[in-house]
Amino acid sequence: MTPVSSKLYADDVSLLMVLVDTNPYFWSSMKNTAFTFPKFISHVLAFLNSILLLNQMNQVVVIATGYNSCDYVFDSSTSSMQRAECLLEKLEDFVDKDESLSQEDSVDGVGFSLLSGALSMALCYIQRVFRSGPLHPQPRILCLHGSPDGPGQYVAVMNSIFSAQRSMVPIDSCVIGSQHSAFLQQASYITGGVYLKPQVSDGLFQYLSTVFATDLHSRSFLQLPRPVGVDFRASCFCHKNTIDMGFICSVCLSIFCKHHKKCSTCGSNFGEARKQDPSASDQRRTSYGS
Amino acid sequence: MNTEEKRFNQEEEDEEENGRGREAWERTYADERSWESLQEDESGLLRPIDNKTLSHAQYRRRLRTATAARIQKGLIRYLYIIIDFSRAAAEMDYKPSRMVVVARQVEAYIREFFDQNPLSQIGLVILKDGVAHCLTDLGGSPEAHIKALMGKLGTSGDASLQNGLDLVCDLLNQIPSYGHREALILYSALSTCDPGDILETIQKCKASKIRCSVIGLSAELYICKHLCQETGGMYFVALDEPHLKELVLEHAPPPPAIAEFAVANLIKMGFPQRTAEGVISICSCHKEAKVGGGYTCPRCKARICELPTECCICGLTLVSSPHLARSYHHLFPIRPFDDVSPSALKDFHKLPKNCFGCQLSLLNPGNLPGPQVACPNCKQHFCLDCDIYIHESLHNCPGCESLRNSKTISDMEE
Repeated sequence: MTPVSSKLYADDVSLLMVLVDTNPYFWSSMKNTAFTFPKFISHVLAFLNSILLLNQMNQVVVIATGYNSCDYVFDSSTSSMQRAECLLEKLEDFVDKDESLSQEDSVDGVGFSLLSGALSMALCYIQRVFRSGPLHPQPRILCLHGSPDGPGQYVAVMNSIFSAQRSMVPIDSCVIGSQHSAFLQQASYITGGVYLKPQVSDGLFQYLSTVFATDLHSRSFLQLPRPVGVDFRASCFCHKNTIDMGFICSVCLSIFCKHHKKCSTCGSNFGEARKQDPSASDQRRTSYGS
Repeated sequence: MNTEEKRFNQEEEDEEENGRGREAWERTYADERSWESLQEDESGLLRPIDNKTLSHAQYRRRLRTATAARIQKGLIRYLYIIIDFSRAAAEMDYKPSRMVVVARQVEAYIREFFDQNPLSQIGLVILKDGVAHCLTDLGGSPEAHIKALMGKLGTSGDASLQNGLDLVCDLLNQIPSYGHREALILYSALSTCDPGDILETIQKCKASKIRCSVIGLSAELYICKHLCQETGGMYFVALDEPHLKELVLEHAPPPPAIAEFAVANLIKMGFPQRTAEGVISICSCHKEAKVGGGYTCPRCKARICELPTECCICGLTLVSSPHLARSYHHLFPIRPFDDVSPSALKDFHKLPKNCFGCQLSLLNPGNLPGPQVACPNCKQHFCLDCDIYIHESLHNCPGCESLRNSKTISDMEE
């Protein structure tokens, strides 16, 4: 997994895709702390405006990552005013719509937001920018995420990460919640982005402007947070334990910590292989003899 | 005899003179064949061929055949690429020569192969001077194969299909039974110069369950077709360089698995942890002392530089969880999107105006809806470019992924 080198088009013009976590359950859990959603948004708005002021060609697109849906809330290239405050109106509409889509009355805990959907949309947008011509701003994705990881999204998030890696788009992540996000740690590690969990959330703007504001070309001259040690060990499907060594089903790549007779995921029988092994080696011997 | 030879020489000279006789500006036109990229429209005007819709239609056909049914796929592949570097590969009908074009395509293919099949292995075999050389043994490092191939460019002698198949057959018989055995042959020659009966060799390949596919560069050969039919592979002849590229890359996604070809088995694998930064240790792969940034084999504690690999000391297959995750999209492919029917397009006020993925306007100039597709699951509309990107690289439907409820519906259907 080699970190990707940056593409050299126009080296100081950036396209910043910002994924903003609007999960209402997460933000209501933050109410008791000093860091509330309005505060968070004011930090983000100041950050987006400073990105737009850094270079007049810079482009910012904001995608809201909700609990029931995701949507674009701001695009500086189509918006009439080059100011990030325009997003507030659309963000409010989005939060209302997101709430109306809710079917469950209560959710256990904080729930997770739809990170995989927002990442997929951001990557589609970036592909459109790549197609637009040989000269385009250098894209990167910034996830401002607080909700815990949704276990059901693992495959989709990994697919997005690999696609971003292939098109050399770094995924930066800034985790606002109390826990580290394993998804975003992997995303930033694999795509060569920066992963940061601010110590003091009140100073979010400072973190954003010092770590995430610089274009990809200037990054090579800065001392950015070092990649944390990402644990790439797998956990087995049977007990969810993290393991060092395990058995992989050759058909569906399920991971088990012990030898089983049958794969619980795809139903293949493993017993037959043992019996066939001696005959296979017999065949080998005869083919060499002849 | 003499006169015949003379006449032959004469002809050769004529041909050379033909080439030389052309002016430089004529030659560039003759080489590029620029007239082939034009087509006549109904009023007789010349227009560039509309490649976009054409290629999109072609791509959708491919997609439909690929994901027609949920089929088991051979994810752990052991593939030998047999490259013909005989005299015929020096032909210049591909520019600058067949050999260079083939080498370039093989390089691209090796990278794509390991991207899509991180748990698989490739080996290279070269046919020249009537014999088959094994250039690289089965291995999982793309750079090692490409370096070996680029260092061995050069054509001579005849190609022997039989020698190549015999060699690959012996090599592939040693791999474990759960692996899918494959041979991909890039054949330039119009003949094969064999020491024995090639039909016996083909039967031997069939018995060893090796799936042999051939991509021809000159003309269709009966023996190649027979080989592919017998062993369940694919045989195609490339028309030009883009077509060759397409044919080669078609072999990158895992093929449908044939149940009796490979036996399901549990494979013991290790998930090594990164060694702490700043620790000095001697790596077992390069036999060099290195500082930090490696992995430790969980069984024998040897230091390894790169994943995925096999531990050089204890032979354990070492991977990391993203390598497994890279293959999951083959197991859970997303459904092909449906074309939006023209009758639905007439009612365009109800249609979304922008592509759900990239926000591109779906309206043609004149405010009429342009070509678009819709996901059968979440009913969101996408532009054609997003459709290709979603199915070929992303493997997620942005619409389904950004709707919590649609997900539960599709889960219930399954």
